[in-house]
Amino acid sequence: MKPLRGTFDSRSAKALADPSLQQALRNFKPLFVAKRAAAVAELPDFERLRDTAAAIKDAVLSELDVWLERYAEKVESLGGKVHFARDAAEAREIIREICRKAGARTVCKGKSMVSEEIGLNEALEEDGYRVVETDLGEYIIQLAKEPPSHIIAPAIHKTREQVADLFEKNHPGRPREESVAGLVNEARHALRERFFESDVGITGGNFLIAETGTSVIVTNEGNGDLTQTLSRVHVVTSGIERVLPTLDDLSVFLRLLARSATGQDTECYTTLSSGPKRPGDPDGPEEYHVVLVDNGRSKMLSGRFRDMLRCIRCGACMNHCPVYGAVGGHAYGWVYPGPMGSILTPLFNGLAENYDLPNACTLNGRCQAVCPVRIPLTELIRTMRNEQVKAGLMPASQRRMMAAWGWVARQPGLYRALERLGSRMLRLRAGRSGALSSLPGASAWTDARDLPAPQGPTFIDQWNARGGDQ
Amino acid sequence: MNRELFLHGIRQAIASSPGLRARSALPERPQPPAYGEGRIGQFTGRLEAHACTWEEIETLDALPGRVLAWLDERRIERRLAVAPPLGGLPWPEGVHHHSAPAGIDESVAVSLAFAGIAESGSLAMYSGPDSPITHNFVPEFHLIAIRAEDVCDSQEGVWAKLRARGDMPRALNLIAGPSRTGDVEQTIQLGAHGPRQVHVLLVRAKGGKS
Repeated sequence: MKPLRGTFDSRSAKALADPSLQQALRNFKPLFVAKRAAAVAELPDFERLRDTAAAIKDAVLSELDVWLERYAEKVESLGGKVHFARDAAEAREIIREICRKAGARTVCKGKSMVSEEIGLNEALEEDGYRVVETDLGEYIIQLAKEPPSHIIAPAIHKTREQVADLFEKNHPGRPREESVAGLVNEARHALRERFFESDVGITGGNFLIAETGTSVIVTNEGNGDLTQTLSRVHVVTSGIERVLPTLDDLSVFLRLLARSATGQDTECYTTLSSGPKRPGDPDGPEEYHVVLVDNGRSKMLSGRFRDMLRCIRCGACMNHCPVYGAVGGHAYGWVYPGPMGSILTPLFNGLAENYDLPNACTLNGRCQAVCPVRIPLTELIRTMRNEQVKAGLMPASQRRMMAAWGWVARQPGLYRALERLGSRMLRLRAGRSGALSSLPGASAWTDARDLPAPQGPTFIDQWNARGGDQ
Repeated sequence: MNRELFLHGIRQAIASSPGLRARSALPERPQPPAYGEGRIGQFTGRLEAHACTWEEIETLDALPGRVLAWLDERRIERRLAVAPPLGGLPWPEGVHHHSAPAGIDESVAVSLAFAGIAESGSLAMYSGPDSPITHNFVPEFHLIAIRAEDVCDSQEGVWAKLRARGDMPRALNLIAGPSRTGDVEQTIQLGAHGPRQVHVLLVRAKGGKS
């Protein structure tokens, strides 16, 4: 998809002023956090599994060429075809060509973040195909003509009433449904025919197994399975970093993924696909293609952001992020929101164009504490900020302020005098309430909450008064 | 893009990080869970946790009677897609059953699982002439027979069974309960696109004909 217009600043201001988005965010947040915590508590091995998963990914990344080659050879020995796409444009072209050759009319899709990353829907629609998203969340936002706002719950920003409005408008001749059960049922009926008329079915690939030449998807709805089973051609889109050596390695990741993502012990459906339909098979696709997408990943492999390639796209980081929880996913402007997006988006789409993202973070570290593959997200975000400064991207006003602060901080006498003065003035201004409801130059803080005034002498003065070591 | 050129780019990236390629040793994995005598109890407990219903039957010959009783209790029409190995069981006269792939209006499928997973309460379906994939996803009601002896402790047990067989099926579907979604206001709703109900028939007897 194309990056959204505006900056993080402007988009988050809009998000904060959107009452139905705020309602949706209030509903979702505690659910994901509590369900994950409960699911993790039931598995004593969880922490060891995290270590193991991170170590498996590191080992695979250090020989990624070898594992990809083994995987590709195995897929082709089963009659599948592996395509290699250096960037988004190549990936789109490969899939357009597959659809052309298949003489396709309807293209059904299971949820695939890589297909969002490469802007696949727009390209296929331009070619005149009927492109149908079949994951309920993706279907909802496709009707709303909006991008996903969460990687595993793409329509998390929509309230039930908004979904009811969309369905009423897009399913003519059906009575308006208001209940969750009614809406889910309505989507089931609407999509059923699409599955059966689908020519090309496109899914993601959560994992690729070198041992067996297998692609793996996990879903709760079964939409990915209907998509890939009923279409004549199955296309798997996947990033190159998704390959694992064996089925036993897969088990380590499956134990982590559902618990981290939705707080389930397992998703409803885990499907392992190996090649096209075989002689004697009553159903399944006649063609099986895997499109391996680099799109900047091999560059990450050699740089300071390699750890990010361990990501299994579970969404735990955004579920636990206070900034995401306040503004939702659209504020991040592209396919990948939240902490993982604050690293991936600048890497994919440019440090300058996405200056705000790594800076819209409080470095509280909750994301890193829950990441199933132990990606040091806050460290990577800090590294990203350093890279931005090194590239001269920090705005002049910020640079001047940092320079002024740096100069003062190097004059201890002056620094302490200013600190005392500032502390006293804030106390005076706050008066007896002890808090400031407005402060010139700091309205971004005080508009939303009071600033507590300093309560007494500065830290250094107290330290000296108590005879602390110099 | 050409495979060699593509892999060459990755090789170069790895080579440009000194020492990276030397870090390729895979770690030891934690032991998968083992339940001993409690294996079947763990399995049925997880089935229930995932909103499946289940019952025990002595032999596969008892299957048609139990399946029809389950359908009758719920006033579901006796039209079934039945996995080929179960088609030869003693189905009463007048029960309409076929073994072709599921059609768009398919309501009920009866399948035989390749394996079960006690750890997660999952059923492993091995696609092929004996087990159409569409039977797992298209119908509203899915009844799955599994032999108790085929219930493994963990996924790793299923992988071992596959390796012993020497082959992966085209599709291996691990199923843990009826289809569900939380995409409207995070409210879990069963029957998203796949089956609304999954009923498991656990076959006690060892061996037995199929």
